[in-house]
Amino acid sequence: MTAALPHADVAPTASVKRRRRAPGWLAVAPLLAFTAVAFGIPALAMLNGAFTVQDRATGTTSYTLGNLTTSLQGPYLTALAGSVKLSAVTAVLGVALGLPLAQAVVSSRSRALRDAVLTGSGVLANFGGVPLAFAFVATLGNAGVLTRHLGLADAGWSLYSFWGLVIVYLYFLIPLMVLTITPALDGLRSQWREAARNNGATTVQYWRHVALPVLAPSLLGGLVLLFGSAFAAYATAAAMVGSTVPLVTLQIADAISGNVLVGQENVALALSLDMVLVAGLVMAVYLPLQRRSARWLDA
Amino acid sequence: MARRLNPWRWVVLGLATLYFLVPLAASVVFTVDVPGQGLTFDAYAEILSADGFVSGLLLSLELAAATIAVVLLLMVPALVALRLGAPRLRPVVEVVCSLPLVVPPIAFVAGIATVLRWGPDHLSRTPLFQTFVAVQDPSFPIVLVLAYVVMALPFVYRALDSGLRAIDVRTLVEAARSCGASWPQALLRAVLPNLRPALLNAAFLTLALVLGEFTVARLLGFQPFAVWIYTVGGSQAQLSVAVSVLSLLVTWALLLALAGAGGRTRTASSRG
Repeated sequence: MTAALPHADVAPTASVKRRRRAPGWLAVAPLLAFTAVAFGIPALAMLNGAFTVQDRATGTTSYTLGNLTTSLQGPYLTALAGSVKLSAVTAVLGVALGLPLAQAVVSSRSRALRDAVLTGSGVLANFGGVPLAFAFVATLGNAGVLTRHLGLADAGWSLYSFWGLVIVYLYFLIPLMVLTITPALDGLRSQWREAARNNGATTVQYWRHVALPVLAPSLLGGLVLLFGSAFAAYATAAAMVGSTVPLVTLQIADAISGNVLVGQENVALALSLDMVLVAGLVMAVYLPLQRRSARWLDA
Repeated sequence: MARRLNPWRWVVLGLATLYFLVPLAASVVFTVDVPGQGLTFDAYAEILSADGFVSGLLLSLELAAATIAVVLLLMVPALVALRLGAPRLRPVVEVVCSLPLVVPPIAFVAGIATVLRWGPDHLSRTPLFQTFVAVQDPSFPIVLVLAYVVMALPFVYRALDSGLRAIDVRTLVEAARSCGASWPQALLRAVLPNLRPALLNAAFLTLALVLGEFTVARLLGFQPFAVWIYTVGGSQAQLSVAVSVLSLLVTWALLLALAGAGGRTRTASSRG
């Protein structure tokens, strides 16, 4: 009887699969066609534009590496380096601050606290952009509430600086880290901690030799995800600092909206390509790590 | 563990609460306590009558509705079909839905702007030109819907995929089919009701994305909600902060409503 059950299960599965093959293609085709048009054409246009230059006088276009080399020089290089530095600093701080917060929530074993923090993180992780910038301008900007009441301006504080941006970016990066790392922390078995303690390990030793090595892929994955998220951010910086802090997203926006010299559009496309390469690198590191940590947690 | 009171935990939670609540509280104070005017609620009263608020918000909501409809119409049949068969297509769809993550919005919009310039530059004599004009109609820019659908693909894929993982699609469809249901009936009346939490989740994520989206809309020169806040911020600081606070509260309320509607079934089914 029990042996017959899986057998009976297999036969209809196979027949359904055979019958379903053509509709399978049909159902997926619209999605593929849509992305080919809405995503593929702009992506190819960007790629093509990054490697071409148009002669204004004759109207002819020719292929060149000039845009790419320009995009890695002078103010463009400064902006690219500024973005990488900002993203690296905020990602490291986001991981370092998000991990203890997530651990405090997971280890408290309070269902209400956990739900509140995870829901809140879901909102705040998406609370980037213009509203976030304005909330911080109202708090720590030149006429901000804290700036006025605590006299921060006299102490040399300015929100419209590198560290100002760091504080604002952490507002959505820490929640993102909490969301990313909580499943991994849930996967730490309490037996491991008990076993370590029975063998005479201190809390520090437990974290150093057991917990952190198990968490390492998730932590690294979180770091990379935070880096990518900070690197791509544009709205917050645009609404807050204008262009006092050099960032690659601000440079691209300036070039697209024609705030700089005419004919720089293709340099903007080359800068976009630089960004895609960095983001692609980020994903190439992140996806295997995520798969690896998922395997750990399922085991 | 739970018996021992852990002081560092309270320090961490306290500091986090402080960091996350102070900007919100300060924003409210900023809108209500205006220097030279004392306590006033003018900023909130002005919102509805402010120039462009209603049209910007309506445009954002229309864009969100259109984006949600298109992305679900494209993704639900495709992902259900992947569950039912066509295993060779699975990695293709997975890659296609992850590609937007590799292209940051600012780079994406740089590409779109280039394509849109082809219209006047090369195609002005062809019938395709009319399409380019129609797509950029400022009262309802279809090009934004196209961009937002692409940007929503990774989130919607993740939400729907985890939802489909939790239910046995094949058994549901087979049961419906052997009871005499047609394919659309099986999809609409057997699979979709079981997918409700995942569908809600996907719809909410898309809504949040479209309402907050600024990069693409601003650089293509349209005026939905987020761009409107930005424009107002230059001249009316109190008003723009008041709207920012409200938009956060609305997002929060939506997410809580979603957690209430789908939360119980979601936690129950994700364990299975």
